[in-house]
Amino acid sequence: MNASIQALEQRHVRRSLVSDRAFVLFIYLATLLFVATVLGLFAMLLLGSWTSIREFGFSFLWTSEWNPITGRFGALPMIYGTVVSSLTALVLAGIVGVFGAAYLADFAPRFISVPLSFLIELLAAVPSVVFGLWGLFVLAPVLRTVVDPFLQAHFGMVPLFSGPIFGSSLFTAGILLAIMIIPTISAISRDVIAAVIPEHREGSLALGVTRWETMWHVLLPGARSGIFGACILALGRAFGETIATTMVIGNKPAIAASLFAPSYTLASVVANEFTEATTDMYLSALIELGLLLFVVSMIVNAAARVLTWTLLRPSKGR
Amino acid sequence: MSSKFFSRRTILGSIVSAVLVGLLGMTVAAPALADTQLTGAGSTFVYPFFSKAFYEYSRKHTDVNVNYQSIGSGGGIQQFIARTVDFGASDVPMNADELKRAGAPVVQIPVALGGEAITYNLPVEIKAGLKLTREALADIYLGKIAKWNDPEIAKLNSQTTLPDLPIVVVHRSDGSGTTFIFTDFLSTVSSEWKEKVGTGKSVQWPAQSSVGGKGNEGVAGQVRQTPGAIGYVELAYVLENHMEQVLLQNVSGKYVACTEATVQAAAATKPDITPRDFSIVDRKGNDTWPIAGYTWAMLYADPTDKVRAKLTQDVLAWTVTEGQAIASSVDYVPLPRNVQASAKKALAQIHL
Repeated sequence: MNASIQALEQRHVRRSLVSDRAFVLFIYLATLLFVATVLGLFAMLLLGSWTSIREFGFSFLWTSEWNPITGRFGALPMIYGTVVSSLTALVLAGIVGVFGAAYLADFAPRFISVPLSFLIELLAAVPSVVFGLWGLFVLAPVLRTVVDPFLQAHFGMVPLFSGPIFGSSLFTAGILLAIMIIPTISAISRDVIAAVIPEHREGSLALGVTRWETMWHVLLPGARSGIFGACILALGRAFGETIATTMVIGNKPAIAASLFAPSYTLASVVANEFTEATTDMYLSALIELGLLLFVVSMIVNAAARVLTWTLLRPSKGR
Repeated sequence: MSSKFFSRRTILGSIVSAVLVGLLGMTVAAPALADTQLTGAGSTFVYPFFSKAFYEYSRKHTDVNVNYQSIGSGGGIQQFIARTVDFGASDVPMNADELKRAGAPVVQIPVALGGEAITYNLPVEIKAGLKLTREALADIYLGKIAKWNDPEIAKLNSQTTLPDLPIVVVHRSDGSGTTFIFTDFLSTVSSEWKEKVGTGKSVQWPAQSSVGGKGNEGVAGQVRQTPGAIGYVELAYVLENHMEQVLLQNVSGKYVACTEATVQAAAATKPDITPRDFSIVDRKGNDTWPIAGYTWAMLYADPTDKVRAKLTQDVLAWTVTEGQAIASSVDYVPLPRNVQASAKKALAQIHL
């Protein structure tokens, strides 16, 4: 009797050891696969763009000519367009998303917060081409006839809001991207705000601090790292977004001081021109744009992370 | 514990058997697909016509099935060179460099004809039939004429008052045969365009005030949303969406609209097109529309698989003759008779 129980236990231990090892091995393999995918992608992009890198060198980064006929290629306008449209989106979506999340997490009654959160998350599942068409046929006309002239009338002295107004512009793309990344920011922010240690919130309220001050001084600082994480994730989506941006940005490889002028992004050029690129140099230049997108988003992500670390360093007196 | 194990094994077992049954089912079903599947790849422009034409062909010839992948002309040429498809299709014939890469003699035939209309967006009172000359159109796209009330445009439209509105030039942002034909036309009528910009599927657009739209729907959308805009769009798209179009003066001095008849008239003036001399823009004649071009199909002249090559030849011979009746039902322009004949003659050069 006793012996059989012992045997059973031993079998149990052995089995768990085997499954433990299998599990660890699986984790290593998954991680390795992940690293290999990223490195492989980088290597393939580098290999594919080698013709272009050898021909143009670093001048590819700061020249503005994009001429498939003469075979002269420079990526500066696209780098500018990508970074500026994404940052515009991040600023707008960051403000709206975080405040929306604060409302949903702490202010809204349950019968509002539950369906509203669901709706916002649903927004994340809308295909980007639908956003693009909506942007072209609905958002762009409204911006061109109402919002842009208003901004120009009041802030026209700032170069960002000067010059002729186009429906398809950097500004339109930024707003469309902002709408697309709000779900990411607000959904994650809501969860991290709700996850702040309840004692902090209760303590604050017990001291007679108002709900608003509690949100501003206790909950949001507590959720800071999570909110930054959400923003970085959202920024990644804005960088890589292709079809929606292509529909509304105007696809013009030129740098203008104004946000109301048409522009171009790295992903849009690749989507537009890849299928019909026939010469080797042209194809290679397009692949180099892909490589740049990879590098630029890595740099911006790293910068965001450094910023997060500096801001999140525990400061005394808090 | 052991009963739990047993149940897990049962689940596993049922999954495995389900997969096996599925696989068996597939092998049983496979012989039903005994008819030949031909594949083609390339031009997106020709896709709506091809898909309808090949569907009709398969209904008549139940043993042949054509799968056409509209991956773009560049991709079509590459797949054709790699010999992964039975035929390729491109809005521009393969050039000398591409033919060299193919490494074997290639037969190229025109399979579809298309025209491009010039559409615009101006206030209501001047909607009908704005007139432009070829030179004025080139100057607009060069950015030299930047306002609608420019004397160059005003003198052509003396019966109306044109607004003091900046012209927004709209073009395709995606590389496309449509852009190739349009820039071919501009290069033909303007030496300045030829020098500064040139002819291609994607070019560097010189006008200050220019915007790119993706696809016909993108260009049409931009024009519709922007007062003062002008753009070039495929005929089928303009007809289906009832868009305003410019009356353009052709080389013979007549103002014409882009219609099936005027595009066909332009094509009929040049029956002897070859892959090296294929441009049909700016043709002489009273009723010729100046902006038109062909889509081409590519086949190897010395195919290795003679059976498949024969089937492909039959399909394409039907497409360039009888199949052309389908073209107008999807708003393409049927090939003129004389071009049909020369396409068929070219197909006969394939060694079978």
